[in-house]
Amino acid sequence: MIDLTSIYLGLRLHSPFVASPGPVTGDPSMWARLEAAGAGAIVLPSLFEEQIEHEAFAVEYALGSGSDTNGEALSYLPHLDGVEVGPDHHLDLVEDAKSVVSIPVIASLNGVSPGGWVRYARLLADAGADAIELNLYDTVTDPMTSSVEVERRLTELIEEVAAEISIPLAVKVGPWFTALAHTARAFELAGADGLVLFNRLYQPDIDLDTLEVRPKLQLSTPAEVGLSLHWIGVLREHITGSLAASSGVHSGLDAVKLLLAGADVVMTTSALLRHGPEHLLTMRRELVAWMDERDYDSVHQLRGSVSRANVPDPQMYDRANYFQTIHSWVDSRR
Amino acid sequence: MDGDLGTQVVGPHAGTDGTARTPERHILDGNEAAARIAHLMSEVIAIYPITPASPMGELADDWSARGRQNLWGVVPEVIEMQSEAGAAGALHGAVTRGALATTFTASQGLLLMLPNMFKIAGELTPAVIHVAARTVATHALSIFGDHSDVMAARTTGWAMLCASSVQETGDFAAVAHAATLTTRVPYLHFFDGFRTSHELNTVDLVSSEQLRAMVDERSVSEFRDRGLDSDHPVIRGTAQNPDVFFQAREACNSFHDAVPAATQDAFDRLAALTGRQYHLVDYHGAPDADRVIVLMGSGAGAVGEAVDAMNAAGERVGMAVVRLYRPFPSAQLLAALPPSVRTVAVLDRTKEPGAPFEPLHLDVLSAMWHAPADHWAGAASPRVIGGRYGLSSKEFTPAMAKAVFDEAAAPAPRNGFTVGIIDDVTRLSLEVDPGFTTDRAKVRAVLFGLGSDGTVGANKNTAKIVGDQTDLHVQGYFVYDSKKSGSTTISHLRFDPSPITSTYLVDRATFVGVHQWSFVQRLDVLKVAAPNAVVLLNSPHRPEDVWSALPESAQQLVLDRGLQLFTIDAAAVAKAAGLGGRVNTVMQACFFALSGVLPEEQAIASLKESIEHSYGKRGTVIVERNVAAVDTALAYLHPVPVGRTADSGVHVRATVPAGSSDFVQRVTARMLAGEGDLLPVSALPPDGTFPTGTAKVERRTIATEIPIWEPDLCIDCGKCAIVCPHAAIRLKVYEPAALADGSVLKTKTFRSREVPGLSLTVQVAPDDCTGCGLCVTACPAHDKSEVKRKSINLRPIDDHLAEERIAWDEFLATTSADVTAFDPASVKASQVRLPLFEFSGACSGCGETPYLKLLTQLFGDRLLIANATGCSSIYGGNLPTTPYTTDADGRGPAWSNSLFEDNAEFGLGIRLGYEAQRRAATDLLVELDHRLDPDLVTGLLANVDDVTDAGVRDQRSRVERLRASLADLDGDDARRLHELAGSLVGRAVWIVGGDGWAYDIGAGGLDHVLGSGRNVNILVMDTEVYSNTGGQASKATPRGAVAKFAAGGKGTAKKDLGLEAMTFGDVYVAKVALGASDVQTVKALVEATQWPGVSLVIAYSSCIAHGYDMSRSMTQQKAAVQSGHWPLYRYRPGAGESTHPFQLDSAEPTVAYAEFAATEARFAMLRRSDPDRAAELMRLAQNDVSARWTYYQQLTGVERSAPEHAADAVLSEMEDES
Repeated sequence: MIDLTSIYLGLRLHSPFVASPGPVTGDPSMWARLEAAGAGAIVLPSLFEEQIEHEAFAVEYALGSGSDTNGEALSYLPHLDGVEVGPDHHLDLVEDAKSVVSIPVIASLNGVSPGGWVRYARLLADAGADAIELNLYDTVTDPMTSSVEVERRLTELIEEVAAEISIPLAVKVGPWFTALAHTARAFELAGADGLVLFNRLYQPDIDLDTLEVRPKLQLSTPAEVGLSLHWIGVLREHITGSLAASSGVHSGLDAVKLLLAGADVVMTTSALLRHGPEHLLTMRRELVAWMDERDYDSVHQLRGSVSRANVPDPQMYDRANYFQTIHSWVDSRR
Repeated sequence: MDGDLGTQVVGPHAGTDGTARTPERHILDGNEAAARIAHLMSEVIAIYPITPASPMGELADDWSARGRQNLWGVVPEVIEMQSEAGAAGALHGAVTRGALATTFTASQGLLLMLPNMFKIAGELTPAVIHVAARTVATHALSIFGDHSDVMAARTTGWAMLCASSVQETGDFAAVAHAATLTTRVPYLHFFDGFRTSHELNTVDLVSSEQLRAMVDERSVSEFRDRGLDSDHPVIRGTAQNPDVFFQAREACNSFHDAVPAATQDAFDRLAALTGRQYHLVDYHGAPDADRVIVLMGSGAGAVGEAVDAMNAAGERVGMAVVRLYRPFPSAQLLAALPPSVRTVAVLDRTKEPGAPFEPLHLDVLSAMWHAPADHWAGAASPRVIGGRYGLSSKEFTPAMAKAVFDEAAAPAPRNGFTVGIIDDVTRLSLEVDPGFTTDRAKVRAVLFGLGSDGTVGANKNTAKIVGDQTDLHVQGYFVYDSKKSGSTTISHLRFDPSPITSTYLVDRATFVGVHQWSFVQRLDVLKVAAPNAVVLLNSPHRPEDVWSALPESAQQLVLDRGLQLFTIDAAAVAKAAGLGGRVNTVMQACFFALSGVLPEEQAIASLKESIEHSYGKRGTVIVERNVAAVDTALAYLHPVPVGRTADSGVHVRATVPAGSSDFVQRVTARMLAGEGDLLPVSALPPDGTFPTGTAKVERRTIATEIPIWEPDLCIDCGKCAIVCPHAAIRLKVYEPAALADGSVLKTKTFRSREVPGLSLTVQVAPDDCTGCGLCVTACPAHDKSEVKRKSINLRPIDDHLAEERIAWDEFLATTSADVTAFDPASVKASQVRLPLFEFSGACSGCGETPYLKLLTQLFGDRLLIANATGCSSIYGGNLPTTPYTTDADGRGPAWSNSLFEDNAEFGLGIRLGYEAQRRAATDLLVELDHRLDPDLVTGLLANVDDVTDAGVRDQRSRVERLRASLADLDGDDARRLHELAGSLVGRAVWIVGGDGWAYDIGAGGLDHVLGSGRNVNILVMDTEVYSNTGGQASKATPRGAVAKFAAGGKGTAKKDLGLEAMTFGDVYVAKVALGASDVQTVKALVEATQWPGVSLVIAYSSCIAHGYDMSRSMTQQKAAVQSGHWPLYRYRPGAGESTHPFQLDSAEPTVAYAEFAATEARFAMLRRSDPDRAAELMRLAQNDVSARWTYYQQLTGVERSAPEHAADAVLSEMEDES
């Protein structure tokens, strides 16, 4: 019997497959199915501080505009007690998920203000989350803001949140740090119990009819898995905490690769959206089959065995890798 | 509306000991006080919105939606009906069944209930109607308060109980509900609209336990037992003949006779429970008074104060307040009057032209006449005089009461006098001493705000904070102007250790708050200040610069009265705190710091607590920002150094432009200056007829940003102008030579194949723009290198006002080219025509007004409008200024509003009147044919073209020639034809109104007019709610939307009015949405006018009640169409055998209904409050949309020919076009 358990953020997961934030984990009817399909943990959709604020102002505007301006109409919409804006929906989601599944429930948070990060992290922790995942997502467009400043700010933020909560803290980052290894280490020292690699950057699109810039959301493709694999392989030797692979995980074999590179867990969103929660069963079967064929006993055995530190030619994780990839791609085209 | 009161409502297991307890004091208004009792005492509540009673229905609906129970542990059934007539019918049905039932209404609503009221009383059925008494429309509509409505109900047989204050409103509601059960006589409980219905005051509530103790459960059981039921069947509502009707009618006498005693019994029970003792007539004043005023309603507050002040000054006066008006308590009145009285002055808050006296006066006279012979102990019966006061909420003050007492002391006092106005025509008005005042409240505050700055909300909150935190009594009364955008609000607050009975506005304020600096520049805001008052100015100036920025008149007042000035740049503080332009919290903090109502520290702590309470559910960020605003406010509050002389050189801006008409200068200007109360009777038209075109004199300058045109990018499309709700951005085409030398107008060449060589200017009216930004959103032309630069861009008004004012004046003066050369049925051509509807007070971004404006551009010079009551009659016809105007020849839309419920019939009548005159003219023309130029007569008779500019112009010229010829002819026929000749020119009759009218209250009449075959056009501006009264659901409200009266989300689908109209076969029907297709909208209005029978255009109209930023209203309209919520179509009845009259003008839905709905608060709120119901309703709504689309697609294939009476000529013309 192969042991699929994995330790993530200090939590013992019965499987290395984690359902990452998205419509599937946001749908309460999916939770039991995810658990049944073998998810080791669920990461709920992000609480977006910005969105909560936006909604608060939108509701305030809708209920307030026109109020008390005219003797005939003191307001224009009914007073509904239940109309609450704020984090309640997310907090309820945490509580509900905890009551439905026995696997760990991780709450994700995307803040904008230092106070907001800390406040909402505490609220999510109080709601019963087993861990918090900070989704650090910051498009720095101001040319006066340096990378040093950005990293300092983020590090301080992690310190503040870590000091506020007693449950484990994961930090989800993008790949575009100048010195990712250094930054990752700094985040860990600041209090992150693990890193999630990577969040996917928002990429706007232009509507050619209206010339309006619009958000464009696309599901990940298996091609994206390489970036996580690369950096997990590199960081494994430097990070003592957990590493989670996110973006582009679509099959059990993707998971094998990421675990070999050093991931403690693999997270998937797009594949679940495309194929449903039961796709986890397929991925698990593929993982087990691969391990079984090669007589691996446990995920623990796999973990990091092909990381940069453990391969004969670490350069393959460095610059040489680039040439190799191109070369092999050209070869395959022939 | 304080939902917290719900915590006091107890279910069936509440204690019934009935013992008096320490009363719970609350700050609430009369509507809430009445509605609270009504909800506790009812099983069925039938509602319909009407100002000022709507809040009672809203509260009842709200409470039931939240599961609040009545006294018997049942959640009352609350149902909105299609009209007050419907509500009364439902009420009648409910009580016939033996259910406890009530309704709320006012004014015309009460009139619509009258038939059922006779029935309910005739059948001796317990019921209660709560009335926020309001003026009945006569020469004009008025939403304000007087007794003309309830007086119209005094013959119905209902007991009538009148409350004079907010406290009494709650108490008397309880008495009415209790006494109707024991007497079997229904009760009409009324209180003064606005003055009581909307006044916040400190109230001791009748608790549920006390109410329970007041109710005679046995009479409840007996009432239920009498209910119509098949287990013990009876027949009621029979038809009777001369043999028995009369006797049967008299059989009820003993029940009515018992009402006074039963009412007093209920009063006594209330007194035992609460300590508040009332009588059928209550006397207040000197026991040996020689003069007594008799009256009902809120005026008692002012009279009572006058009585106290006059008696303190050594006079002997008194007041008798009539509580029970029907049955009239003659004996109790006589008993209440002190034997010493020599003159009784009766005040009526109503007018009955032609009656010997007003009703209460007559009742008192009757009581006096029938006094027992020995009642006055041998002395002569006192003389009785009477007069009118307070019509339409006209101020009624202690000084006016004193004037009445003074008149009563005169040797030969006038009778039928008026008080509170200056009647220089019939000279009935009494002289009032303005120096007489009784207002002793410790703190008296007047605060001026803009509707949008939250001043009123903050002041209501202040009243509640003080009421909750201290033993002080509080009073809040709020005055609004009639504009829906940029409206001015004036809050009147009083705080005092004693109960506040001052039922009139504060005019000697100890605190004046001016929440917008612009008020200082255009209004005499400081004149309400008492000597040494504190004045708080929100000013953009530094404290040391404020003095010199004040107008000299204000400076002089400051010096004369020793006013203490303080200032804060509240806008800056609010902005820094992240609150945008909402200065309410900042100003509220300053009020607490300066007014001395509460110790500052306590006040600020309470304010923060209340912010947490009010905004807690709206998100932490809102709370934090408001708290931050409070914290910062006090640091930026500074005293203003006051100069020694009034010499700023600044003067209050003239109210209307120089050169305005005599009427505008004499009348309108004073109304605009807030001095309408001072206008004498002679200044006002006696029949309600006013000149049009006055909105343009008002120059409100309410925008902060205005659109500025960039000619180099313009593509002449006209979209900016067609969407403008206020006609504040306009296109004009002209010969290049028409521009004066040194012109400041921006100009470009107008692209036109029809008439080349013209120039175009797009110009904003800077003082009339509301800054909604719709024009910018609509503008499709942008800079190729910088997309954010459009041909129209919003820019700060301060940077452009001066130059744009000059440009606007020149734009108006520039002679337009003859635009009739262009085919009007295009957006561009429609927008170079002059709008004859401009600068209305509609909401910024209003979705209705662009349709009306377009109508006036297409047919304005021959347009007759019948307008249903509603938003469009308010922004269209509410004084002081009105938006319909005239062209250079003095022609323009002629407009009238009859009622809410009869608009279709009213418009049809106008058409019939026109047709009768036209037919008479035609007949006379034929008669006189031999005496006139035959070619002229042929031309006049042959002209059937009512629609095209050329046709109308030619006919007008023929009519002029005809008149010239007739002038030379003798005889009555010639004279009559001369009078009627104008009718030979076509008129476009448009019947316009909102969905409340068309879908609900006026549906019966509309249906009849749709079936009339007459040449009338109907425009339904469908906002999907009753917009004017504050967003109550109508049958146009879509499934899944929340609205008032549908607080739990409307569960049923929107009625398909267009489809109903199509069933007639000969009605032109179009469904349009300007934001989705301006082209189709223009086409539909033109086709509808062309159609010789009935036309119905249903226009999607965005509304503030939809809950989104109104600058997006056109985009939302597009989304509504794309989601299939609002398919565009035209149904053009065809002439041939195989025509397909139904044409879909919009494409198959591409956006999910839920996606569209998610962007509007009316739908999104339900998702937040009740996600499961929201999801289910959204699923059903999507089914509605899909099913309707499928059905419409099938309709496109249906062949149908129009009935034969449709005019063939027009039909074939339209067929050719298509």
